[in-house]
Amino acid sequence: MSDATVQQVQDEAVVHHSLLRRMGGGLRTFVRRSPMSAFWGVIAALIIVMAIIAPVLAPYPPLKSDFRAMTKAPTERHWFGTDQIGRDTLSRVIYGSRASLTVAVSAVVLGTTLGAFWGLASGYFGGRFDLVSQRIMEFLQSFPDLILAMAIAMALGAGFGTVIVAIAITRIPFGGRVIRSVVLSLKERAFVEAARGLGASHTRMMLRHILPQCIAPYLVLATTHLGVAIIIEASLGFLGVGIPPPQPTWGNMLADSLNAGLIPPWWLVLFPGGAITLTVLAFNLLGDGIRDALDPRLRGTA
Amino acid sequence: MQPPASTMPDADDILRVEDLKVHFPITRGAVFRRQAGAVRAVDGVTFTLARGETLGVVGESGCGKSTTGLAIARMVTPTAGRIAFEGVDITDFDQDHMRPLRRRMQMVYQDPYGSLNPRMKVRDIIAEPLEVHGIAGGRAALKERIAASMAMTGLAPAMADRYPHEFSGGQRQRIGIARALVLEPSLVICDEPVSALDVSIQAQIVNLFVDLRDRLGLSYIFIAHDLAVVRHISHRIAVMYLGRIVEIARRDDLYRDPLHPYTKALMAAIPIPDPELEATRPRQIVQGEPPSATGPRVGCAFHRRCPAAMPRCAQEDPVLMGTPGERAVACHLHD
Repeated sequence: MSDATVQQVQDEAVVHHSLLRRMGGGLRTFVRRSPMSAFWGVIAALIIVMAIIAPVLAPYPPLKSDFRAMTKAPTERHWFGTDQIGRDTLSRVIYGSRASLTVAVSAVVLGTTLGAFWGLASGYFGGRFDLVSQRIMEFLQSFPDLILAMAIAMALGAGFGTVIVAIAITRIPFGGRVIRSVVLSLKERAFVEAARGLGASHTRMMLRHILPQCIAPYLVLATTHLGVAIIIEASLGFLGVGIPPPQPTWGNMLADSLNAGLIPPWWLVLFPGGAITLTVLAFNLLGDGIRDALDPRLRGTA
Repeated sequence: MQPPASTMPDADDILRVEDLKVHFPITRGAVFRRQAGAVRAVDGVTFTLARGETLGVVGESGCGKSTTGLAIARMVTPTAGRIAFEGVDITDFDQDHMRPLRRRMQMVYQDPYGSLNPRMKVRDIIAEPLEVHGIAGGRAALKERIAASMAMTGLAPAMADRYPHEFSGGQRQRIGIARALVLEPSLVICDEPVSALDVSIQAQIVNLFVDLRDRLGLSYIFIAHDLAVVRHISHRIAVMYLGRIVEIARRDDLYRDPLHPYTKALMAAIPIPDPELEATRPRQIVQGEPPSATGPRVGCAFHRRCPAAMPRCAQEDPVLMGTPGERAVACHLHD
């Protein structure tokens, strides 16, 4: 098969599976081709719905104490048990999804998008700008995610916005590098050259010809990194530099459980921890599935 | 950088290329970059193109024919020499200075698969040049222009809402031609426009180019790698070898009486469409490969492969000599 044919097949795959363009058809194909990913997609969707309609689902207000039932194992009245001051763990887990998802989605959208545009410009213009940009990204990436996020969160002071910004900054280099590498290969493609031959400006070539081809890798990256962002948010909460109490987050619920005794009651650890695990797993596997659907070349790789 | 718009003589010529050189530097070292040499892709090309004329450019892979086309369209920067398009010296123009001129000078590319954005509809692909140059007009006018351009290249305007991958190679090349012609250019640089197509489709597309030229009065630089393809379309043909024109002549003269041994070899490689004659055809196959485009030029670039090489050919580099616009050859046999 010639290069042109390979490219054609890939282009067709991209167009056929573009989730944005052919939502219905693409979704159906996606479900048929990778039922496992579709299943995890449904779980992820349910978690998002749970966060949105938390007040309807939760049996109790998340901050309300039931002084007749403190540190009680799961019962009929409190399915997931209660914490030291009698707050319903189920309600808190449900409300906790709000903080986790809001922070993770905002941070990933902010960080990955910023990184993506940076990577677009870096890859497109190349030269010294690219060289300097890549060193900055390497610098950011050389810190472990959690340490960097902690340092930023501590420097800015605890709070909702702070956590989002801290996590977003750790996501910038990932968006930047992935999109840059895509742009580097795209800008050599003949149709970009052809646009230049028409007299198209840099802005036009970047936004009209290169950026739309980056949507697939962007989606994959963003979905996968949602999981990572949730872990960082939970870790920050656990370490006490995340969203401050009393607002429930899965991270600070785990941190609270440590105060309940030398060996924390199992329900205070299992349920928030399980929520984190399930959510991260769902987004990661969904991301893998989207990647396989959009880019058949990467099928089976980690 | 705004060079003075020097007007070269002879306004009849739509394009004048004088001693064009395009050298690509080879650099060593990541931090302290230094130039270690250069690939001399185009190394002194001179020709003129009259209005309405078609110049076929042929030569083997790597001879610099595509780079010559790209340099004329100012998609690559010439190292030396001058290019004048419609009397305007465009040698040092950047993209902003070139933009108004690109309305009059368009390109058709080799790869009909790669040169169309897979995510754009045919309508948007053909509309893009109009948008870039701000001559889109109203919605209805735009639609009409796209339809006219499609009809002209043999595409049904009803297909405007399809994506490139829904078309065959020949149809895609028609889309590429429609995109080039929607601006009503005077010069079209065709960079191997039929090399990627099936032989049966090649003839159709070449005929389309001829038809459009005659109807619209276009000038072409028609790059190809075999003489059979350019024969039908060209008025004059330039044969390139290692970055230079080794022979340039009117089509009929070149086919009747090729002078340069390299041209003769190319001619001998054209298959005869008759199996019996083809079987008895004398074969003169050029042995070996062209010398490196990075090394020093000693003697004639073709002398190691030339069946008629003389001792002189190894020492002295022949220059292109003859009547400009008529016939010229760079070979010691014809000094």
